[in-house]
Amino acid sequence: MSEELEFLLSLVLSGASIGLMYSLIALGFVLVYKATDAINFAQGEFVMLAGLIVVVALSFESMPLIVAIAIVVAAMIGFGFGLERVVLRPLLGRPVVAVIMATIGLAAIIRGLGPVIFGKEVRALSLPIGDEPITLGPASLPPIQVLGAVVAVVFFIAFSWFFKKSRMGVAMRAVADNQQVAQAMGINVERYFALAWAMAGIVSALGGVVWGAMLGVDVQLSLVGLKVFPVVILGGLDSIGGALVGGLIVGIVESLAAGYLDPYVGGGTKDFAPYVLMILMLMVRPYGIFGRRQIERV
Amino acid sequence: MLAINNIEVVYDRVILVLKGVSIAVSQGAITTLLGANGAGKTTTLKAISGVLRSERGEVTKGTIQLGEQRIDGMRAHEVTRLGLVQVFEGRRVFENLTTEENLVAGGHVQPQSAAVKQGIELVYSYFPRLRERRGQVSGYLSGGEQQMLAIGRALMSQPKVILLDEPSLGLAPLLVEEIFGIVDRLVKQEKLSVLLVEQNATMALAVADHGYVMENGRIVLEGPAAKLRDNSDIKEFYLGLNEGGGRKSYRDTKHYKRRKRWLS
Repeated sequence: MSEELEFLLSLVLSGASIGLMYSLIALGFVLVYKATDAINFAQGEFVMLAGLIVVVALSFESMPLIVAIAIVVAAMIGFGFGLERVVLRPLLGRPVVAVIMATIGLAAIIRGLGPVIFGKEVRALSLPIGDEPITLGPASLPPIQVLGAVVAVVFFIAFSWFFKKSRMGVAMRAVADNQQVAQAMGINVERYFALAWAMAGIVSALGGVVWGAMLGVDVQLSLVGLKVFPVVILGGLDSIGGALVGGLIVGIVESLAAGYLDPYVGGGTKDFAPYVLMILMLMVRPYGIFGRRQIERV
Repeated sequence: MLAINNIEVVYDRVILVLKGVSIAVSQGAITTLLGANGAGKTTTLKAISGVLRSERGEVTKGTIQLGEQRIDGMRAHEVTRLGLVQVFEGRRVFENLTTEENLVAGGHVQPQSAAVKQGIELVYSYFPRLRERRGQVSGYLSGGEQQMLAIGRALMSQPKVILLDEPSLGLAPLLVEEIFGIVDRLVKQEKLSVLLVEQNATMALAVADHGYVMENGRIVLEGPAAKLRDNSDIKEFYLGLNEGGGRKSYRDTKHYKRRKRWLS
């Protein structure tokens, strides 16, 4: 294999693994949007909050990692339920902007209060997976990236099954489709809204663990949330598969931009390349690759 | 089975839409509610099923009873759990779900998934066309198929009472006949009680046992369907039949207001 090709492949592979980790975070966003039509601008802050909780839990001596993860998952489920109950339910039936503003406000609150309560310094979150890079063909990836990618894939399979095959998942899609009719079918719509936020909590909890382990935990961690937008616009706001594909595209584009363009312009292209792609996408296919197209009967 | 006693419905706390409506739906029978646009027929159905609340409406007076239980003020999903389900005007299937997923969602109140499977089979036996379309996204079904799906989906909760809102809307006459035929069979074989809202008065009075006529938020006429069919006002204003064959002038229409008093 030529050196050129090897370089390309290694960029693609490492981009793909990072991309899957983006997908994981985007998944939290998609779950909420799919079920409740709410756009959650605080997704990155959810991840940061989860990271903080896990770091604090681990700071107790002799706390096994698995218990810490269980704690953060439970905490984030509770956070999701509580948030729906306290903040979002009173906004039901209000204009979409109200919900958007509420989540933006929430994001600021979490970003501000997190450091106040847990301290400002960057905390390392180390998982017992070693630092030895894992070699995958021409690429060698940090183990945390591989773990993150695996976690993302597992979640995708689980949620795809849930929405396609389980009765609860079908009911949730029914709620997303038409709330009034879903109600008349005996579906408790508000309970499903809460469930969607709790599921976003679970995803964010795991997102916080893998991203925290990769970047360290502090306020900056919430910035990964910004990557959610190109991912979901590319993939489709309400598509689980779209989050997966969108994440992969964003990850790979970033990695290629860093590999091929940065040497010429002196770096930084990887930060905006996905957004260029996002804007192009909005022009040609505003509902994304797998997004729900309005079915119109003529 | 279902008794509505003198209810008033107010939207947005100011607009009085129903002004004391009373309707009785007897078991195993079709009761129809006729009326022009804006008479309050759909509002009546929504008040019964509880979805009114999501449209900022509320029942301010009167009671609604399902069997022995008072259901006014209950939330829509609780009412469905008690065995009353509404089929909305304009079909309103879950467009992004397949036919079968629509049915699964309709059977949400069933605790057992075996009951859901049985329910799906029952629906397919009444609407064989839905079986052929089971895997198709329901937004792409034809209007008639969507209406069948909407009725089938409602059956999934094993209701005792179905509120049917304009099942004939936008469908070819032949299809309307087919659907009403199936509804008639359902009532007889599954011991359903149906409250049918229709603009197609000819069809509605042909299948119904009892009928009500609504105008301006009030019931103005009531009686057995056979009797309503023979009523000269109904003939004139709802069935489009001309008594004596002469053309009617605007004065005759005004006449109606006066006549109605000694009719009821």
